[in-house]
Amino acid sequence: MTMTTAGVLFVLSLVAALVAVHKPLGDHMFRVVSGTRSSRVERGVYRLVGANPAAEQTWGVYARSVLAFSAVSLLFLYAFQRVQDKLWLSLGFDAVVPHGAWNTAVSFVTNTNWQSYSGESTMGHLVQMAGLAVQNFVSAAVGIAVAVALVRGFARSRTGQLGNFWVDLTRIVLRILLPIAVLAALALMLGGAVQNLSGGTEAATLTGGTQTVPGGPVASQEVIKELGTNGGGFYNANSAHPFENPTAWTNWLEIFLILVIPFSLPRVFGRMVGQKRQGYAIAAVMSLLALASVVLTNVFELTGGGTVPQAIGAALEGKEVRFDVSNSATFAAATTLTSTGAVNSFHDSYTPLGGMMPMINMMLGEVAPGGTGSGLYGMLVLAVLTVFVAGLMVGRTPEYLGRKIGAREIKFASLYFLVTPALVLIATATAFATGNDSTTLNVGPHGLSEVLYAFTSASNNNGSAFGGITVNTTWWDTATGLCMLLGRFLPIIFVLALAGSLARQTPTPASEGTLPTHRPLFVGMVVGVTVVLVALTFLPALALGPLAEGL
Amino acid sequence: MSVAPVTTGTGDQPTAGTPAPAGTPAPAGTPAPAGTPAPATRGNRVGGGLLDPGQLLRSLPDALRKLDPRTLWRNPVMLIVEIGAAFTTVLAVADPSVFAWAVTVWLWLTVVFANLAEAVAEGRGKAQAATLRQAKKDTVATRLAGWTPGTAASAYRQEPVPAPELRQGDIVLVEAGEIVPGDGDVVEGIASVDESAITGESAPVIRESGGDRSAVTGGTRVLSDHIVVRITQKPGESFIDRMIALVEGANRQKTPNEIALNILLAALTVVFLLAVVTLQPLAIFSKGYQAAAPDTGAVTDAGVTGIVLAALLVCLIPTTIGALLSAIGIAGMDRLVQRNVLAMSGRAVEAAGDVDTLLLDKTGTITLGNRQAAEFVPVEGRTAAEVADAAQLSSLADETPEGRSVVVLAKNWFGLREREPGLVPHATFVPFTAQTRMSGVDLGAENGRPTRRVRKGAAAAVMKWVRDNGGHPTEQVGRIVDEISGIGGTPLVVAEHVDGEPARALGVIHLKDVVKAGMRERFDEMRRMGIRTVMITGDNPRTARAIAEEAGVDDFLAEATPEEKLALISKEQEGGRLVAMTGDGTNDAPALAQADVGVAMNTGTSAAKEAGNMVDLDSDPTKLIEIVEIGKQLLITRGALTTFSIANDIAKYFAIIPAMFAGIYPSLDALNVMRLSSPTSAILSAVIFNAVVIVALIPLALRGVRYRPSSASTLLSRNLLRYGLGGIVVPFVGIKLIDLLVQFVPGI
Repeated sequence: MTMTTAGVLFVLSLVAALVAVHKPLGDHMFRVVSGTRSSRVERGVYRLVGANPAAEQTWGVYARSVLAFSAVSLLFLYAFQRVQDKLWLSLGFDAVVPHGAWNTAVSFVTNTNWQSYSGESTMGHLVQMAGLAVQNFVSAAVGIAVAVALVRGFARSRTGQLGNFWVDLTRIVLRILLPIAVLAALALMLGGAVQNLSGGTEAATLTGGTQTVPGGPVASQEVIKELGTNGGGFYNANSAHPFENPTAWTNWLEIFLILVIPFSLPRVFGRMVGQKRQGYAIAAVMSLLALASVVLTNVFELTGGGTVPQAIGAALEGKEVRFDVSNSATFAAATTLTSTGAVNSFHDSYTPLGGMMPMINMMLGEVAPGGTGSGLYGMLVLAVLTVFVAGLMVGRTPEYLGRKIGAREIKFASLYFLVTPALVLIATATAFATGNDSTTLNVGPHGLSEVLYAFTSASNNNGSAFGGITVNTTWWDTATGLCMLLGRFLPIIFVLALAGSLARQTPTPASEGTLPTHRPLFVGMVVGVTVVLVALTFLPALALGPLAEGL
Repeated sequence: MSVAPVTTGTGDQPTAGTPAPAGTPAPAGTPAPAGTPAPATRGNRVGGGLLDPGQLLRSLPDALRKLDPRTLWRNPVMLIVEIGAAFTTVLAVADPSVFAWAVTVWLWLTVVFANLAEAVAEGRGKAQAATLRQAKKDTVATRLAGWTPGTAASAYRQEPVPAPELRQGDIVLVEAGEIVPGDGDVVEGIASVDESAITGESAPVIRESGGDRSAVTGGTRVLSDHIVVRITQKPGESFIDRMIALVEGANRQKTPNEIALNILLAALTVVFLLAVVTLQPLAIFSKGYQAAAPDTGAVTDAGVTGIVLAALLVCLIPTTIGALLSAIGIAGMDRLVQRNVLAMSGRAVEAAGDVDTLLLDKTGTITLGNRQAAEFVPVEGRTAAEVADAAQLSSLADETPEGRSVVVLAKNWFGLREREPGLVPHATFVPFTAQTRMSGVDLGAENGRPTRRVRKGAAAAVMKWVRDNGGHPTEQVGRIVDEISGIGGTPLVVAEHVDGEPARALGVIHLKDVVKAGMRERFDEMRRMGIRTVMITGDNPRTARAIAEEAGVDDFLAEATPEEKLALISKEQEGGRLVAMTGDGTNDAPALAQADVGVAMNTGTSAAKEAGNMVDLDSDPTKLIEIVEIGKQLLITRGALTTFSIANDIAKYFAIIPAMFAGIYPSLDALNVMRLSSPTSAILSAVIFNAVVIVALIPLALRGVRYRPSSASTLLSRNLLRYGLGGIVVPFVGIKLIDLLVQFVPGI
């Protein structure tokens, strides 16, 4: 079997698995977010946080709850790292330095998992388990909760109520993320991922030296890292590390875990608004963009640029042999198409155009299918923008699912769309203008790509790194931290505000004169708008980076 | 590409359809009189006035005045262009070159072209306003102090008051030949009034006190008799004042959709501003890396030149739609004015495009004014001709339209000449009254006792008459009557009573509503557009259903009262639908106010005109359909040009990015797919294209894109193909062509 055939089979089997699972999982998630009965554990949680599960929240209250919860998480995680040396299972590591602790706290609370530290030499097991892994669950749940609130905005009418954040958060963690994570962790352990509390094992190397092989609760953390589209590896090498991702089939499983919730959420959307076909349209947009990206990344990598790659038939540098080129490229596409940011290969070593693809995936706003929740709400905002331009061409005030897209709606959608490009461009330009670009190893277009990639990843809450630059300086920790924080919570506020104004409307019944938003034409238009808006925003910067290098 | 706009078509002058000054005959293009439905299948049904090059020149001074930033700040996109132009001017003065000055001049031209679009659109309104102002002569009114109804006007003290000083509630006397000094209601008298100053229609209309024809408009002229008018307007807020303000666009408010679109355009502008501004540090970094690369006209060691950055920014921000947006809005209102419809706000025009439900009055809109005789049905033993003869005799004195139609049908069917009432010997005519519900004639009354009496009228009334005169109407009459009622017609029974014999019924006249020609096709179109049509009628449900089926409307409201009409509107709105309706009476006012689009007839009462948000000067209720189409066309034009504008950016990138950076990284020349001759000519060509396309699209913005009623899917695919795909392809061709010329300019 050639590498290409293997790669194609790998992708096709993934697609088949996702198609098979999206329905039961989507239906299960739909029941979870629309159910009203609480379990004993859940009632306990509500009592603990002092929430009334029967009380619904307006968009403002919902947003304040998200922000309050995240702020508390942020402070806790920061403090936790700062006192790590005094805690149990610290493995003798020092307290994390302030700028590193700030960056890591922001990174995990925002579902980014940008890591300016090396896991095995910085974080003790307790911080990993009780700090970072917990955020992996709840930050993913926050994303899903916000997406569900936006969908409620489309599904409800003449109300200001968008549900209850505390209920959504608790139910999503306990009924969706936790059960899947437990099952998948067992599967990963079967595949060879480690799961212990060992501080490290002394081993003799082939050359006669000794090395310490650090163990830890890896499998459990690995699973939620992928499932919650978090991406923060237990080890610095992330999913390229054999303890995190031992074999080709665990690689398949990890990609599947990355994609499974984001690709099932359109089903939840379709069921909540009572028109499954609307969900399929959104899923179709995501799939088209994702497939195009996976294929292009594979093509660029397999046909390789440069002398050495061409000699060996492909660009194998920076990739694990057990995953080979194709499955590394597919992992790279999946991790950047979602907000995961886990890596099983070194993106910096990709061919220039192959390395541009992950960047473009993130620049699209991570909507194909995007992070848990954030992908759906990002895609719905793009659909709203598309409806606004296209809807006018049918001679009516634009409507999406019967909701008129007026000044207020377009204001929030535009603001949402503005945030990440603004952060990426301003941060990148500032890095170069202030001489903080850290491009000591690579200059020229490749160095430019490294910086651009870093801020694209941080602002879009991806967390993957191109690598090649030093990012654990105070300037970088602060800058990427700000990008992550603003790139996460400003869009969330705008999405919830949009949901609030949608929910207040009286829906207009669809007629022959209404723009149909479930047909292929509309799907094609959303794809077009997404690509064109991104191309127009980032093309000048890309021209000086990967395009200059790769053309 | 020519700077002058292409004027297509001939003979359609910009003034066509505008109200003519008093006394002159209405110009060509005045809408057809009320009652004639517009032809259903004309190619570009919602057309607009065209543009002649002279108008561009005439609007130039206005366009230059609009360069004032204090005016331009309302249009953020063009304000950015102006700032860019000012910036390059400074740079060009500091470091002059042909390229710098060429870009500077074209950036200024971009702003001027945008202003020109708006000025041309406003200019057409100004011409209309000028004609209206002629009608607004300063007259001196005759005020009657302490007027009470029923007393001759001469009994009061008559004080001359300049028209502008009249207050609400003042009572004025207007004599034949005088101009009505302000808007008001006739409280006494009846007069024929020439309203051509407002409506363009030269035939005089009757205005009388009481009822639904009591409103008079300031500026119109009383031709005969005299009327006493109670002024209803506030000083300076007359109908004509409001018309002038509207057509001039003096204080034009942005409409909701326009505001939303402006927000999106502002957001795009911010994104591109960021993309351009943040490019500089990256460019300096790259140039520093390729230090050996020679400086080009676009990029030096100091980064991209300011001229090129400004050019890039202006090319990327959505200038095309930004320049034409307000012209599109003004032209939309203008197209309504050309059809003699005055919209009180742009919001109403937009809402018209969104309408889901049309409430149409049956009479006058769907059917011709009145019911007409369609058939004579004899009872057994009688012939249709006998029925016709008797029906005609009994209708001679019936001056109602129904009565006239019986006479006409008798003539058409049986050649029965109309007999003048005076020519029938010994005849006593019995006129129709609401009490008897019959009309007829008594013949041969020589000795005071008529030999033959003929009656025609409502079935129940005539049957009773037959019985009262010793007859026994057969069951057959009842059957015919029921049949006719069953199919929505109105049966009138014809009966005679010959002296000495029992009275008997001869037959039945079938009166029916005649649906206007072409209405079914229009309702089919409406259905394809997703609009539900509801017929409103005072008829009973059975009759209403029959007419509704014949006309092809979706639903009907029978035995409608103003309250039910209002309730229907509220119910539709409750379901999220937008409702449009027409009305003229005072009792229509609440419904007109409640409807999202309420079109009041100009012949209607002041209350109705106040309540609606549009006034149709022709008082043609069918026009509601056209108003909806104009609303849709307005929105489509905006969407099409926005799509076109954004799609244009793709080609501009392919022109400018290689031009900027191929000097640093030669591999980027691969992006120069148009093979433009040099970096400077590429950038200049993009800037020129960007400016010229504005002027080229002014006619489209003013005329509106072609609109044919069809489903949303069809409209979308057609417009997407034309303006989306076209928007991608056209600039590639355009920029290449301009480059072919520009490359020969020395210094580029």
